[in-house]
Amino acid sequence: MDQGRRELIKGAGAFACGMLLLTVRNAHATPATMQAAITSVFGNAEIGKGRVTLDIPTLVENGNTVPLTVSVESPMTATDYVKAIHIFNEKNPQPNVIGIHLGPRAGKAGISTRIRLADSQKVVAIAQMSDGSVWSDEVDVIVTLAACVESL
Amino acid sequence: MARPLINVPPKAKRGQVIEVKTLISHVMETGFRPSSIGEVLPRDIITQLVCSYNGEEIFRADLSPAIAANPFITFHTVATESGTLTFTWTGDNGFSESGQASITVE
Amino acid sequence: MRLHRFNPGVFRLICILVVLGAGARAFGEDIPLSERRSGYDTMGRDTKAMQDDDMANPATLWVLEGEALWNARGANAKSCADCHGDASSSMKGVAARYPAFDAKRDAPIDLAQRINICRSERQNATPFRFESRELLALTAFVARQSRGMPIEASDARMKPFVDAGRQMFHERLGQLNLSCAQCHDDNWGRQLAGSVIPQAHPTGYPIYRLEWQSLGSLQRRLRNCLFGMRAEPYDYGAPETIALESFLMWRARGMPMDAPAVRP
Repeated sequence: MDQGRRELIKGAGAFACGMLLLTVRNAHATPATMQAAITSVFGNAEIGKGRVTLDIPTLVENGNTVPLTVSVESPMTATDYVKAIHIFNEKNPQPNVIGIHLGPRAGKAGISTRIRLADSQKVVAIAQMSDGSVWSDEVDVIVTLAACVESL
Repeated sequence: MARPLINVPPKAKRGQVIEVKTLISHVMETGFRPSSIGEVLPRDIITQLVCSYNGEEIFRADLSPAIAANPFITFHTVATESGTLTFTWTGDNGFSESGQASITVE
Repeated sequence: MRLHRFNPGVFRLICILVVLGAGARAFGEDIPLSERRSGYDTMGRDTKAMQDDDMANPATLWVLEGEALWNARGANAKSCADCHGDASSSMKGVAARYPAFDAKRDAPIDLAQRINICRSERQNATPFRFESRELLALTAFVARQSRGMPIEASDARMKPFVDAGRQMFHERLGQLNLSCAQCHDDNWGRQLAGSVIPQAHPTGYPIYRLEWQSLGSLQRRLRNCLFGMRAEPYDYGAPETIALESFLMWRARGMPMDAPAVRP
């Protein structure tokens, strides 16, 4: 009886650990993790609003493939250019989307790509200039499930 | 797998800003998706795209699982001189693919 | 992360259709040619842009692979090019008239089946698996050659199969007791859980579907539809699938092909 109970408790413990792993695995990004990701890239730099335009549909046709364009106002000269553009999200399993590194040879700070969005959420584009200043734009995007899916 | 698609204008004027478009075949498995029997499929993504223009890096992108399958990335560069743009994609499981495009700058 | 355990989209579908039942269009009428709209027309600006530029269209990756396969000669095997030469002339208009009646089989076959029949009967090559990368690539390459051409469905021998497909289109199926016509004839243009319901013409197949993040066939799409309706999907190559495809092409007759298209 004692042995049986011990086994049951051990089993329950293992099950609980398994559940914890499962929960941790399924943890989604939150506004806090997004903020932490932004801080890890930009430190405590003050992030201004403006100069960056994030062009992304506000109601996406399908969250699996969302086209977007980011453009940043900058003369893109040797002394005044966009060094980097980073895109973050709030609710995917992890907060990073893409990190772009540019230089004055870009001529124009504009990129486009296609991203995945797991749920309706905020998408943030942040650009760092050669003078160290940081600028941003954000868009609230609505993502719905497709009506006709492959399987459950 | 199909070779990557690279679009660079074949001719440009010196100093002109040109748009470069790239498209490559890749499943970009996120590492969060369960298979039909419930186990999580391991991550398998392209992690970086680098473009060099006559040997000098002009563009670098660090990709995450949030980039959609068959990554499409476009950017701009100044047409400085005739030559070759080289594109290199690298990723998980030793993935490495490259392509080139020539440009004539007058 | 996709939440598929309880599909709110399906629940909303029921609610919406109940609400919209009152305002439904005349049931079961053929959409006149002037009113036929491709799924392209109901897409957003950004998705249209993906399709418009061959360089931005992910389907191009398959078209290029298909072109390589067209010219490839296996061991002891002929290539497609050996008989058909330059696809841009020999394959022009072909995809626009498939599924086509095959006299030998006394039944229609679709383009993918035609390619496989060529492989096994004329090229001394093994047929490709349905929905395999190679078969999709070749189908995309052949379909590309019909871009802009009007869909043709005038073969009288196809009539019994088109009729069978029409019957299936109007038949209520599955746990939701829905027919294709209820969405695609009676409620096209209206919203279903954030998406616009298309008229469902197959002008763009094989398509790069954003939901799949891959290229796929009309057969795959029909299976998705049936699954969404909580009905049993037909097998790849099943006669029901070919009949339904034949009807859908007939229903879209006269519309220009835009294959390989991008669709949500």
